[in-house]
Amino acid sequence: MATRKTLEAPAPKRPNVSKDELLQYYRDMLLIRRFEEKAGQLYGMGLIGGFCHLYIGQEAVVVGLEAAAKEGDKRITSYRDHGHMLACGMDPKGVMAELTGREGGLSKGKGGSMHMFSKEKHFYGGHGIVGAQVPLGAGLAFADRYFGNDNVTFTYFGDGAANQGQVYETFNMAALWKLPVVFVIENNQYAMGTSQKRSTSTPDIYTRGGAFGIPGEIVDGMDVLAVKAASEKAVAHCRAGDGPYILEVKTYRYRGHSMSDPAKYRSREEVQKMRDERDAIENVRELLLSGGHATDDDLKSIDREIKAVVNEAAEFAKTSPEPGVDELWTDITA
Amino acid sequence: MATEVLMPALSPTMEEGTLAKWLVKEGDEVTSGQIIAEIETDKATMEFEAVDEGTVGKLLVAEGASGVKVNTPIMVLVEEGESADDLPAPKADPAPEAPSETPAQAPASAPAQAAAPLEVTSKASADWPEGTEMKTMSVREALREAMAEEMRTDETVFLMGEEVGEYQGAYKVSQGLLDEFGAKRVLDTPITEHGFTGIGVGAAFGGLRPIVEFMTFNFAMQAIDQIINSAAKTLYMSGGQMGCPIVFRGANGAAARVGAQHSQDYAAWYAQIPGMRVVMPYSAADAKGLLKTAIRDPNPVIFLENEILYGRSFEVPVLDDFTIPFGKARIWREGTDLTLVSFGIGMAHTLAAADKLAEEGISAEVIDLRTLRPLDYDTVLASVMKTNRCVTVEEGWPVASIGNHLSAVIMERAFDYLDAPVINCTGKDVPMPYAANLEKLALITSDEVVAAAKRVCYR
Repeated sequence: MATRKTLEAPAPKRPNVSKDELLQYYRDMLLIRRFEEKAGQLYGMGLIGGFCHLYIGQEAVVVGLEAAAKEGDKRITSYRDHGHMLACGMDPKGVMAELTGREGGLSKGKGGSMHMFSKEKHFYGGHGIVGAQVPLGAGLAFADRYFGNDNVTFTYFGDGAANQGQVYETFNMAALWKLPVVFVIENNQYAMGTSQKRSTSTPDIYTRGGAFGIPGEIVDGMDVLAVKAASEKAVAHCRAGDGPYILEVKTYRYRGHSMSDPAKYRSREEVQKMRDERDAIENVRELLLSGGHATDDDLKSIDREIKAVVNEAAEFAKTSPEPGVDELWTDITA
Repeated sequence: MATEVLMPALSPTMEEGTLAKWLVKEGDEVTSGQIIAEIETDKATMEFEAVDEGTVGKLLVAEGASGVKVNTPIMVLVEEGESADDLPAPKADPAPEAPSETPAQAPASAPAQAAAPLEVTSKASADWPEGTEMKTMSVREALREAMAEEMRTDETVFLMGEEVGEYQGAYKVSQGLLDEFGAKRVLDTPITEHGFTGIGVGAAFGGLRPIVEFMTFNFAMQAIDQIINSAAKTLYMSGGQMGCPIVFRGANGAAARVGAQHSQDYAAWYAQIPGMRVVMPYSAADAKGLLKTAIRDPNPVIFLENEILYGRSFEVPVLDDFTIPFGKARIWREGTDLTLVSFGIGMAHTLAAADKLAEEGISAEVIDLRTLRPLDYDTVLASVMKTNRCVTVEEGWPVASIGNHLSAVIMERAFDYLDAPVINCTGKDVPMPYAANLEKLALITSDEVVAAAKRVCYR
């Protein structure tokens, strides 16, 4: 059913990819990383409160998945959601201002880091309850099937959420009703502080889909081109009306579970090794340079552009006023 | 330009910390993402990463320093050819402004506003014009008609749940709907409440208007996270972008001899949730008119039915498009000596009690709340200000009941009108027993309502 790839031995064959595509992935991933670094900094300054879960290290997952999306496709994810919002084109200013709880935030400051939405970009959250987004994502796909269009819903969840019962209730119904949903398991190997080995009976989580007749495969989540290729395959399966597809994307988060996680459950060397050897952004950077698609100066100028975008977002997030006190009582019922 | 690196807050509650260890020294090159220090917070020792690139110009706080306030400059990063002295006068980013002290005003309808009103006008009024043709119909038929009518006019409305289709409904409420609307719109689900409720909520986010039937609301406890966290809160959390038009309906409360796990009344539970509509009809006309309103409402609606009432018949108006708005109580009988307030099956006991009281010369005004959120406070208050006495009646448990809430609102807003304390008649504070005699004792009875009514009338 599945083609096996592992993290240690990424597929050597590169899909045919254009210079423009490579540059786009570089930009998109770099935007997420710089944005998240800035968010971490603003958190440190007390400008962002509560929980703040950074996506640093996992950028290739969402950028690769989005590369296969078309207008109308939907996406939904957990609380580690900043990267998903940037990748589907939501305004970095609005995301950052939501993190600081300001009027200019995407939820007018009432949602926070874990709860943001965009009807325009078909981004359905941002959900704080581990695993709850999985049946919701299948429901979005259900609506598209009901309307008879060929849209697909990308439903992201982590290796931790993969042990929630509602995931398997959803697998059952998604397979039964042939719902056009790509289940993306972002396996970053740690459910907060509990490693996959200590929490999960199956070494490869996607194999659990087999019990429901859902095909799936492992994808190298540190290689944006591998993610894109897998995404195209999964999306084609869903659009053809063949039901759901599972992509278990093996990835790694460099930072703690949230800003207040000291991450003592793994060694500094383990993190550093991933950064040094498998970093997804460095990977594309090398492809661009070695393929002669860009010079060091070209990339530096992209870096500067991204930094400017992120700084502008941070400035907006600091200066946008807090929501008016009347907002306490709005948007409770429609 | 030289950049100051500030002491970071590394937990939601951290105000100061200890700079346990520097991992860089002056003159070192620093790249973004590099760990530069270890900082002890109130909870743990955290690694602190650089965001900006540059050369360490100066370490401003010594290793081991404790009590370093968040946002204190701890290091200066310089670019090539700069020195730390190039830094302009220290200036930390301003902390966010303290939240405004202005107390937010609750909307006028919310019960929290305690000022005693001088005038309250009852909202209760006739639900259909006088002289309207009526027909006798069971609650079950009324619910079915409401769904069928709404499904005929709006293609996005569909019904999902256990045994709603081919089985024709566990309680036959959906009988015939599969034949008329087909399997696409009358969807049999597996027994998997948590999952299918989430799928229903997702479908509502995606532009449909699902009616999710729970065989009974007892089973909805498996799905209550999706009902509350996903359906009820998303409009608020999305700043008004993402509404959830969905109806959760099914049998609620005790049936007969089904024991503790199948006999709970959830009225007070759901009525507590902002973002939710909660409806609990008694009559067939209310069941029909309110379910049609529920299906059209852009918000999540909890629609609490009752197995015993399904088979009871009432007069229902014959009208092309008959709806009843939320937040409007119904006065079933007018009276002068006391006010009886109830809803759902509690109304059966309450109306029976009112008959008995009348025989003893006590004139009870009987109010059916019909919707618990929004709740028609004004009709209750206007009545209590007239009768000066009140008894509430419900099947659910006594602690944090709807009656408790009404008592508090009456005390806050009509204290001076009360001639006796409000009494809450409720189910007993026990899990529902199976034995017939014990079950009878656990449930509210009309005799208990009569006794409470006499107590508030000092008779």
